[in-house]
Amino acid sequence: MATSATIHSHAGPQGFIRKYIFSLDHKVIGLQYYFLALVAVFVGMFLSVLMRIHMVWPTAVLPVIGTIAPETYLQLLTMHGTIMVFFVLTTAPQSGFGNYFLPIQIGAPDMAFPVLNMLSFWTTFVAFVTLLAAFFVAGGAPLHGWTGYAPLSALTNSGPGEQMGADLWITSIALFCIASLMGALNFITTTLDLRAKGMTMMRLPLTVWSWFITAILGLLAFGVLLSAGILLLLDRNLGTSFYVPLVVVNGQVMAHKGGSPLLWQHLFWFFGHPEVYIAILPGMGVASQLLSTFSRKPIFGYKAMVYALMAIGLLGFMVWGHHMFMSGMSPYTAFSFSLMTMAIGVPSAIKTFNWLGTIYGGHVRFQTPMLFAIGFVSLFVSGGLSGPFLAQPVLDIQLHDTAFVVAHFHLIMGVAAIFGMFAGTYYWFPKMFGRMMNETWGHIHFVITLVGAYCIFMPMHYLGMAAQPRRYSQFTELAYLQHLLPLNRFITYAAIITVLGQFIFLFNLIHSMFWGEKASDNPWEATTLEWTTTTPPPHDNFGGHTPVVNHGPYEYNVPGAPRDYIMQTDPATVASH
Amino acid sequence: MGLALLAIIWLITFVSTYFFVAQTWWLPHGVSASTPWIDHQFALTYVIMGVVFVAAQGALGLFVWQYRDRPGAGKVAYSHGNTKMEVTWTVLTAILFIGLNLMGSPIWASERFAPAAADSIPVEVTGMQFAWYFRYPGPDGKFGRTDAKLIDPSSGNEAAVGLDPSDPASKDDVVTGTMYIPVNREVDLRLRAIDVIHSFFIPQMRFKQDAVPGLDIHMHFTPTEIGDYEIACAELCGLGHYKMHGMVHVVSQEDFDKWVAAREAEK
Amino acid sequence: MATFSPPVSIDVPKTGQGGGSGRPPAFSGGGDGRGDGLPDYGARLRRVRLGLAIGLTSVTMIFVSLTSAYVVRRGLPTIDERTNTYVRDWIPVDLPVTLLLINTLLLMASSITVELARRQIARQAALASVGSIPGVSLGEGKSFPWLALTVLLGGGFLTGQWMAWRELADRGFYLATSASSSFVYLLTATHAVHLAGGMLVLLYAVAVSLLHKPVEERGIVVDVTAWYWHFMFLLWLYIFGLLWFMR
Repeated sequence: MATSATIHSHAGPQGFIRKYIFSLDHKVIGLQYYFLALVAVFVGMFLSVLMRIHMVWPTAVLPVIGTIAPETYLQLLTMHGTIMVFFVLTTAPQSGFGNYFLPIQIGAPDMAFPVLNMLSFWTTFVAFVTLLAAFFVAGGAPLHGWTGYAPLSALTNSGPGEQMGADLWITSIALFCIASLMGALNFITTTLDLRAKGMTMMRLPLTVWSWFITAILGLLAFGVLLSAGILLLLDRNLGTSFYVPLVVVNGQVMAHKGGSPLLWQHLFWFFGHPEVYIAILPGMGVASQLLSTFSRKPIFGYKAMVYALMAIGLLGFMVWGHHMFMSGMSPYTAFSFSLMTMAIGVPSAIKTFNWLGTIYGGHVRFQTPMLFAIGFVSLFVSGGLSGPFLAQPVLDIQLHDTAFVVAHFHLIMGVAAIFGMFAGTYYWFPKMFGRMMNETWGHIHFVITLVGAYCIFMPMHYLGMAAQPRRYSQFTELAYLQHLLPLNRFITYAAIITVLGQFIFLFNLIHSMFWGEKASDNPWEATTLEWTTTTPPPHDNFGGHTPVVNHGPYEYNVPGAPRDYIMQTDPATVASH
Repeated sequence: MGLALLAIIWLITFVSTYFFVAQTWWLPHGVSASTPWIDHQFALTYVIMGVVFVAAQGALGLFVWQYRDRPGAGKVAYSHGNTKMEVTWTVLTAILFIGLNLMGSPIWASERFAPAAADSIPVEVTGMQFAWYFRYPGPDGKFGRTDAKLIDPSSGNEAAVGLDPSDPASKDDVVTGTMYIPVNREVDLRLRAIDVIHSFFIPQMRFKQDAVPGLDIHMHFTPTEIGDYEIACAELCGLGHYKMHGMVHVVSQEDFDKWVAAREAEK
Repeated sequence: MATFSPPVSIDVPKTGQGGGSGRPPAFSGGGDGRGDGLPDYGARLRRVRLGLAIGLTSVTMIFVSLTSAYVVRRGLPTIDERTNTYVRDWIPVDLPVTLLLINTLLLMASSITVELARRQIARQAALASVGSIPGVSLGEGKSFPWLALTVLLGGGFLTGQWMAWRELADRGFYLATSASSSFVYLLTATHAVHLAGGMLVLLYAVAVSLLHKPVEERGIVVDVTAWYWHFMFLLWLYIFGLLWFMR
């Protein structure tokens, strides 16, 4: 039998389809994910603006759309949450940037399984289209919230949109699960098996650690969501009663009995809690990377940062019940979940201290990526500190299902994680497109978004303490909510302005892709492997040779070094770690 | 830019903290026996988190300005961290967070681990799309049977909860759309839902509990002030979620007895 | 210092689940830098096996969550309207045990045949470079079609499962009859779907051998599919055990 080696060229595939549509190149796939998320985030923001307008002006007549009915509000809400959590927060930071830069940062020419990678993206794409299709079928999109609690989501007559719309929603999520599992497999295998010579685990940039641990979380969590979704489809369409006990809807006794609504919650949140860590961990990785690079100082406590990521990942699987304190679950179980939840605050705090420690004593440069990294820390602190309130069941009694919770998760996911994505964009844009984004517009975008986001979400804490429930389409029915309307209106105005401000980013992005100032190979004077190669990187990332790594990823201002940074591939002559 | 960042971060921190401290929008006035305990735990958490908030944001703003890159800036102290500091602040944070949690635990235990007192008033609360119904067992102290097949929300009250008239214990059951309870007596709630999950939330009582189909959940609280308090549904239950509200009237024991007697007489 | 290694790669056709390597990297990885950059069959095999192991973790999680739902539901009391008390409503399913035991034997046999196929092709792949030397013969003549036999046995298992579902229906246990019957169908069908996926890959491996693709690529496909197949067998033993002993 003949040997089977064939020399193949570095130019990669030719032809538009193989190069840009069904590409096997992780860089192209990363960009495909990124642009999918970009479309998704603008759809999601548009939905949220409509929601905010309806909440404060329920009878307003909008151009083209007309009035928004209460059920429509809930449909917008459901799709907003689903799109943002899955197709933005789980897509861009991990599948977008991770796909593009994980292989490069470890010195590999591609992911371990490029075909699987391509399949993951296209499955995600089909999932997105399936989800959007829910808007256009009879009954419209589901109205049961991104959390889809049964029996509301399990009964086809519980409300508008709960027929085909809900089935499409479940199908979309199931496809997304499968795509994510394939992606997780790829990320983990790549990190374990494709590192270049000298790139030990403890020399990995924290971005790689965050993508790696996020992938492990996804690997273990998405299967459970898939199971939950299958059970829901069966209850809805084939008459099973996994989640539905004996119920009466509109005076009609339904053909279900014995099911447990809490089963859905347990399965969903067993996935759902790791999911929110999946949403934030890559942003933490980016923040660590940028704070070090732009302070010209090693990250404070690299090992602690790695262990903190691992601790967050591990504990993240033990806290899901804190979403269920009021659910009817045993109060004893609530106590243990509560303890674990407070515990998970500890590694998060460690990371925050270390970020501050990184800036302390550095030489801070204020280019746009750094602004967003600093903003990330501020937002993470703000969002994180409302956690200890919600983690205590006795306080959760008052705050559960109020605007306080909305403030908490939006500040962390809806802003800090987004800041991580912005930071990554401004930082890696030169490497991906060979041009710089405009700094002035970047600074303006930063200020508008930071101030705007605080104006939107900080007041929601006050609203929550004043007992404003969440998922209310309007506040006309309860007397005690009337005095909160002015603050709600303020939030709506802030939301409109902030969303408009995002178009500055969009224009900057697109304009710079074609007409931005040309970028050098290492415009930020950074140390990690992506900056050792050309801008943009060649097809196999390193132009035919394998990097050899001699240094850790954060060797800035090493005493005795000729300049204030040592790249990971620099010769091993200067003492470092 | 460093100065601008400092200014923005400190300004945001100052404005947020101002409104938190001024209590411009605050917890509604609490009127239950558990209010002092819950509110105390809330205040404690509040102050501690507030201090951490100001300190962390303050430090962030300060550092980005103080350590800005500028000609004449001092040398960067190359360091990979400080293990002693790591351990110290890890341990302190753990003690703080876990300590806070443990402090709140006895309140949770007394609210939720212990059943209602023997002389508490039993009231059954039934949630459905989109109304609350309240059932009192009447003089015999027993709740009559309900039957899902008899549920007819359009007829209201007894029919809405599916009360079975063939059960003798049902005869004296009173079902209303408004809740009346006597002040300073513990109420033993029995929470049910007939279609989807709802949540019974009385902000001023510091009370919330999901009503779950298929489950019969017992929960208790004690009102301490006479007055009228709004009930909100706190779990997304469909298009009418925002208008699924009710009212709790806390009255004197006398007025409560009179009210019950009047409802019995109507039957 | 950067080292230079010649840009050689192997075109491995895409496989199904568990790992499709399109264009594997031009060198073997690992932080300590094994190998000098030439495509290494052993390293690629290890990489795809690693991918499979990781992938099987997620499959395990699906069945862990279904098991947890099963166990909890089995013990869960629900409100009996008539008495207003909590009662247990779990009805043990009348499983067609004989049929299921036969299916188990079929699957066990297929595990044996796929293992023999795996070992056969591993030997062939190891001797591939030697066999190409003129005058050296491997001396075994035609190799036994273990792979095709596995496909047959696997098909037999799936047919047997279908028959078991028909038998259950005849006994009055449909998908929605009771919680217990729902789980029986759910667990066995989820397993069958995963097994069918493995069958497709096996069919691909058979096709690829008929098309005389390079033996090293085929070796990786068969190796990884064989391990997947063994996992599916063990998983079936687990599911059968759960449904029987915790009926």
